[in-house]
Amino acid sequence: MTDVANRTIASPRLRPAPLVEFNDLAIKRDLLVRRIGRITLHVTPLFAYFFLWAPIAVLIVFSFNAGTSVSTWQGFTTQWYSNIFNNAISAGSEAGRFSTALMLNALRNSLLVSFAATFISTVIGTMVALSLARGSFPGKKVLDAVLYLPVVIPEITQAISLAVFFKVLFDFFGTLTGARVTTGFGTIIIAHVAFCLSYVVIVVRARLADMNPRLEEAARDLGANEWQTFWRVTFPLILPGIVAGALLAFTISLDDFVVTFFNAGIGTTTLPIFVYGMLKTRVPPEINAISTLMLLASTVLVGISLAMQGRRAARRA
Amino acid sequence: MALPAAFWLFFFFVLPLVIVFVVSFLTRGRGGVGQLPFTLENYERVFNVFLGVIQGSVWTALLTTVICLLVGYPLAFFIATRKRQWVRTLALFLVILPFWTNFLVRTYALQTILGREGIINNLLVGLGLTAQPLQLLNTTDAVLLGLVYGFLPFMVLPIYASVERFDFHFVEAAHDLGANDLRTFIRVIFPLTLPGVIAGSILVFIPAIGAFVTPDLLGGTRGIMIGNLINDQFKGSGNQPLGSALSIVIMALVMLALLVYVRFGDRGDD
Repeated sequence: MTDVANRTIASPRLRPAPLVEFNDLAIKRDLLVRRIGRITLHVTPLFAYFFLWAPIAVLIVFSFNAGTSVSTWQGFTTQWYSNIFNNAISAGSEAGRFSTALMLNALRNSLLVSFAATFISTVIGTMVALSLARGSFPGKKVLDAVLYLPVVIPEITQAISLAVFFKVLFDFFGTLTGARVTTGFGTIIIAHVAFCLSYVVIVVRARLADMNPRLEEAARDLGANEWQTFWRVTFPLILPGIVAGALLAFTISLDDFVVTFFNAGIGTTTLPIFVYGMLKTRVPPEINAISTLMLLASTVLVGISLAMQGRRAARRA
Repeated sequence: MALPAAFWLFFFFVLPLVIVFVVSFLTRGRGGVGQLPFTLENYERVFNVFLGVIQGSVWTALLTTVICLLVGYPLAFFIATRKRQWVRTLALFLVILPFWTNFLVRTYALQTILGREGIINNLLVGLGLTAQPLQLLNTTDAVLLGLVYGFLPFMVLPIYASVERFDFHFVEAAHDLGANDLRTFIRVIFPLTLPGVIAGSILVFIPAIGAFVTPDLLGGTRGIMIGNLINDQFKGSGNQPLGSALSIVIMALVMLALLVYVRFGDRGDD
């Protein structure tokens, strides 16, 4: 019996004829297609990375350039950095003047605005995310749609609409009370909250959607009231989402130029406005060094936030 | 709980947009501010005087989107198909980091490179390829380059998410059924990652059509876009009703793009 079985397997005649006719040309063509695909898949990213990083590399290299030109190499120096750190004003230089004190002031303004906007938008954003996820109220659908609008409406439209709004409001207030109100930190913060809010809501909602609602039910079954359920169960579970939303809001607010540009007043120069001013008037030789420092700061911030997320992911795993 | 946010959005987002809409029908008054009576003159001017700039802006934004797609798709695909987790994270990090750098700083970096004495012109003249430095800065091409540079990550991230979700068993199935790589890509991979492509295109097109900083710093007088026109109407004593009408036009263009998204976008995903 084993003898018969062996013979059946060994017999090559029993294999069926191939269903596909092998066509040399077609195979060659398909291999060529594959090669082109492979090349595209590897060359484009190389090109893209070069494109993304070359300007930044040039910026960093030329921040060490002696001579006031920002594009012709004239030897190595760290003078621009020392100017910034020693609070020296590059007086008399033809290319324009730069003052560390003014820049630090702009940085302080930026941080003030961004911290305030982040705090407000995180608190009310989390609240609205919770009520959209758990509650039902009249106008919920409308609010849901409106919440996404700031993400898709171009910045310049938001910027000028708020500028017009504040103008109308302040004129009205002025004729009513005789007091003169002008744009300032208040208007910038209000404007920043208006667009940061949506990002917070999107991130926190994503987190809430991932959360198991049974956990809240369990807490209530065990006798916790609404308040206790929220602070002991819901809040700790959505905290990573809240932190991520707050970080996103902070970054967007800190980087914002257009909305701030149209709604800032006198004495509320933020860092982007300060940089824009330098670029539009006379570019000081310190600009590359400043840019490099800003790049370094954002790298550190992104690094920290990624490391935090990584550790959190590791802890969860 | 929803009240503070609803209040904020209504007063500081929806109401201002409504006001801009109303102002766009007003007459220019003292200091460029709008005043009664109502008129359609602003829109008339928009379509008679600024039509060229609007068309140019739409064209630039579309080109930006297409170039971002052509560069961003292979890049996102490359990142998403790396086998090791840390390579993927690093590759993604290298795309996002420039994006977290201040937008003005990035645009300035391009400005120095493209300038008359910038590194590209120095190289070209040094190698004897051109006798005179080329006019690279203050052109529409410079604006295009700046927009692609600024918004490429917006294209990469959604496509990356789509490709990462894509089940590569479909590729095996397509190959088994006799499709070559090109056919597999066109018939299987691309349609299944289309939601990411559309989301990315919208995310690039919207800021590109409303761009102000990039054309301002890289475009000079030749690379003007709608954003610059709006800025001119609002800074100093311009013409606020006209500026409002222009930004309503931008809104309309964005709504058009969103309509495309709703029609062809993220369907059957949730």
